[in-house]
Amino acid sequence: MTGDITLLGYGLSTIGPAIAVGLIFAAYINGVARQPEAQGKLQPIAILGFALAEALAIFGLVLFFIAFFVG
Amino acid sequence: MAAVGLVLPMAEEGESHFPPTPGDFWQPMFAIPGTEYFFTRPMALVLIATVALMVWLQLTTRRAAVVPGKGQWVTEQVYNFARNGIARDMIGSRDFMRFVPFLFALFTFILLNNLFGIVPPFQNPPMARIGFPLGLTLIVYVVYHWVGLRHKGGVGPYLASMLPSGLPGWIKPFILLLELITFFITRPLTLALRLFGNMFAGHMLLVVFIVGGWYLFKTFEPGLMLVAIPAWILGAMLTVFEGLIQFLQAYVFTLLAASYIGGALADEH
Repeated sequence: MTGDITLLGYGLSTIGPAIAVGLIFAAYINGVARQPEAQGKLQPIAILGFALAEALAIFGLVLFFIAFFVG
Repeated sequence: MAAVGLVLPMAEEGESHFPPTPGDFWQPMFAIPGTEYFFTRPMALVLIATVALMVWLQLTTRRAAVVPGKGQWVTEQVYNFARNGIARDMIGSRDFMRFVPFLFALFTFILLNNLFGIVPPFQNPPMARIGFPLGLTLIVYVVYHWVGLRHKGGVGPYLASMLPSGLPGWIKPFILLLELITFFITRPLTLALRLFGNMFAGHMLLVVFIVGGWYLFKTFEPGLMLVAIPAWILGAMLTVFEGLIQFLQAYVFTLLAASYIGGALADEH
């Protein structure tokens, strides 16, 4: 079998952000379930947190690109 | 709409697009005379998006009525979303109105461009080429630094405002260094890369399932042809999911731009 090991590396690097995004939305759902009127306040915060956690996965994608084109 | 298909080049016959590579996103249409540069398909899509947005906004707001018609209602909903949901929440009710046109333009422009990724005659998200998100990020970058410098009144106070209050003196240089990295490198980098990465990866995923299904189908072996059907079903479901992601990314980009502007305007750290 042949392939590019950087793909595997990217797959590994997505585990952390995936867990982080899951935790953020779990907390958001929890919060809304306990206090439905807080949804408007919680939603931008949850999306913001999701975006920041996701940035790590995006960094992984960029490193994959670098390795793909350079390495 | 058929004319668009003729103007915008589709994948050429004969060359393999499976598995898709980053090179598949490079789709030149014609060389610009006298230079070594090409006019590409994403460039055409961005132009189409700009014209479409201008026409749409003109048509729906030209005869603005107190009781809105259908078109005006849609425009108002989108505007309200950008104004109240993004600008006012993030910047604060004191001086958010100055930034509403900018944020509204950002949101609609990115949203329409992203949606081109799943709308049939176009089917190519321009933001999957890094140059377009970079350009948008550059505008946001200049705006939030400029606003911060103007609001704080000079470079010194602006740098001082990045530090949280109540820190012991010896730790200040280290925190300042971290904050400088955040403000000048991490923020613009992640802003551009997030949009790019999401559009790129999402489009690649669609290509994998739909083109991959086609390659399985083309083998004309009963077993493999059966596998092609779930691949296509998954492709259709992922297309819907992509629509959600495309909206979300336009929202996130605008939300973060607004939060950076809001942070630059905040009086306390």
